[in-house]
Amino acid sequence: MTHGGGRGRCEVLDDVTSDVSLRARGESLEAAFTAAADGLLSLTVENPEAVAARETRAVRLEEEALDLLLLRFLNELVYLRDAEGLLLRVASLAIRRDGSGGTALEARLEGETFDASRHEAAGEVKATTAHGLAVAPCPEGWEARFTVDV
Amino acid sequence: MPGPARPRPALRPLRPGVWESAGDERPGMHVPVRVFASEKLLHEMDDQVFTQAANVATLPGIVGASCCMPDAHWGYGFPIGGVAAIDPRHGVISPGGIGFDINCGMRLVRTRLTWPEVEPRLAELVDALAARVPAGVGSRGFVKLADDDLEAVLGEGARWAVGRGFGRPADLALTESGGCFPGADPAAVSERAWKRGKDQLGTLGSGNHYLEVQVLRPEGVFDAERARAFGLDLDEQVVVMFHCGSRGFGHQVASDYLEDFLRKMPAKFGLEVIDRELACAPVSSREGRDYLAAMCCAANMAFANRQVILHRIREVFGDVFERDEASLGLDMVYDVAHNTAKLEQHEVDGRRRELLVHRKGATRAFPPGHPELPPAYRETGQPVIIGGSMETGSYLLAGVETGAASFFSTAHGSGRTMSRTQARKRVRGRDLKRRMEHHGILVRAASMRGLAEEAGFAYKSVDEVAAATELAGLSRRVARLVPVANVKG
Repeated sequence: MTHGGGRGRCEVLDDVTSDVSLRARGESLEAAFTAAADGLLSLTVENPEAVAARETRAVRLEEEALDLLLLRFLNELVYLRDAEGLLLRVASLAIRRDGSGGTALEARLEGETFDASRHEAAGEVKATTAHGLAVAPCPEGWEARFTVDV
Repeated sequence: MPGPARPRPALRPLRPGVWESAGDERPGMHVPVRVFASEKLLHEMDDQVFTQAANVATLPGIVGASCCMPDAHWGYGFPIGGVAAIDPRHGVISPGGIGFDINCGMRLVRTRLTWPEVEPRLAELVDALAARVPAGVGSRGFVKLADDDLEAVLGEGARWAVGRGFGRPADLALTESGGCFPGADPAAVSERAWKRGKDQLGTLGSGNHYLEVQVLRPEGVFDAERARAFGLDLDEQVVVMFHCGSRGFGHQVASDYLEDFLRKMPAKFGLEVIDRELACAPVSSREGRDYLAAMCCAANMAFANRQVILHRIREVFGDVFERDEASLGLDMVYDVAHNTAKLEQHEVDGRRRELLVHRKGATRAFPPGHPELPPAYRETGQPVIIGGSMETGSYLLAGVETGAASFFSTAHGSGRTMSRTQARKRVRGRDLKRRMEHHGILVRAASMRGLAEEAGFAYKSVDEVAAATELAGLSRRVARLVPVANVKG
C-alpha cells in the first residue's frame, strides 16, 4: 500500500465558534486522508513529531461514500486513542473506489501510547462530526473538510 | 453541507427578552425560531445560530418553537444552547440535537468552610485536587470496572456509585432525575463504546471541562431566601463546582448512531435533512428507540462519573483540612444535565403532551411546585448552575413558572464568542495562567493550549447571560460565585 502524493497538509479553518474545523489537502485522495489524520493528531498533542512508531494497527473500512469513509476513519483514530491510549499516524494508506460509489480504505497506523514526559498534551477530540463534512477534488488534487468536537 | 449563514430573520419581540421569527425563513419550517436574549446578546449572536435554529425548525414532530437560549452560539447541527421539543409519536430523535458529550453537566457542592479558612491552604488544596482528579489527554479513571460493573453503571448511574460507597444516599435526590435516566438498555450500546469508556470513570476530560473552588461574596447574593434554601448561608462561603460528562463512552454512543442514521435516513426512513449533522430517526423506529436507550446509558455513565469525582473531592478536602469530611459540609446543592433528550410532560396550546425535549448546551429549569423536584426544592424551583468562563464567575439560579415558553430550559454557560484559534492568537496559556494567578485564581491545567482557548475574553459576559435568563423569564438569579482556583484538562 502507498499513500501516493506524500502526506499532504492540514490546516485549521477559523470558522466555527466552539469546535474546530479543518481542511486537509493532498495530491491524491490518500495524501488528503493522511493529512486529515495528521491534523487530528496535532489537536491531541502539541509535538506530534515526538510520537514514535512503537506499535502498529491495521484498519480496514468500507463505506458507501467518500465523506462517510473519512468520518469513519477519523473516528477510528479517536476510538484507538481512548480505548488503547494510542497516538497514531498513517504509515501507509490505500483507498479503493468501485464504479457504483462504494469505497474501501486499508491503512497501517504507527504510533505509541501517550507519555506525559515526552508528549505535550493539547486536547481530546471527542468525535468527528458530519457538520460540513466533504471530500472533493481541488486544483491541488483532493481536499477533505471536517469539523471535530473538542 | 449547511452552507454559509443566511440573512438574520426579522425577529419581533414577544415580551422583554423574548424574540420570535415569522417561521417562514426557510421552506419546511414547522415552527418559528424563538430566541431568549437581551438586545445586546441578540446583537452579538453568530448569524449561524439563526440559520441552525431555522434548520432545527424543519425537523419532523417539532412543537411550539425552535428555541435558542441566551448563551446560544454556532454549533454543529443544532446551535449550542438550542432546545427542541418533539412529539415522539410522529417525530424524530437526533444525536446532533443532544451533542457528542451526552449529559455533560454541572455539579455544585457547598462546604461549611469560609474563604479565610481556605485561603492559607488553597495551593495545597488545588494541588491535591489536580493530582487526584485525573484530567486531560491520556488520563485513566480512578475507578476500575469489570464488565459487570460497567453494565450496572449504565443501568443505575449515580445510584451504582453511591451503592459502592462513592458518596452519600442524600446526594441522589439532589441530582437531576435522581442520578439515573430510566430506560437505559446496555444491549443498545456497541462494544466499542464499552471499550472506550471502561477506564474513564473518574476523569474530568479536557476542553471546557473543569473543577473550580469558588467563593460566595456578600455582594454575590441576589436572592437571600433561595440562597439559604440552597444551603448558601455563610459569609465568604467556599463551594466547589465541576463540569464533566460521559467521556469517551458517550462520544462513541453518539458517533455510532450518527453514522447509522446517516446511512439509513434516506432509504429506510424516507427522511431528508438540511444539515447532515441533524441526522435523525423516528422516535418510534427500532433505531430511534435503541439510540434513546443507549443515550440514557451514556447519561447514567455521566451521573456516575460526577458522583465518583464528588467522592474524591470529599476525600481531598478531608485530607487537606485534616477533619472528618462530613464536618466540612461538602453537601450537594444540585447536579444538572446538559446535552440530553428527555421525555417530559409539557402543556402546549392548553393541552398536556408528552414531548421528547432535546437540550443541547441547555439546562432543564423546572419551576416551584414541579412534581419531579425533591421536597427540599419544591418551593424554591430547581437549582440551575451556569458556569461562566474560568476568569469571571458562575451563577446559581432557580427555575420559574414563566419558563414554560422554553419547555422549562435555560442557559448552561456564558457561550463562546471567539473561536479557539482566535483565542490562542490573543494569549499564550502560560501568560494567561500568570495573569489569572495575579488576579487571585490559582490554575492547574493539563494543557496550556487548552487553557488559552478557554480565556475569559473568548466568552460572552456571564453576568449578561444570567441577567438575560431572568429578563426572559427562564430562571432567576440566586447567587454569583467567584473562582479562586481552577483545575482543567
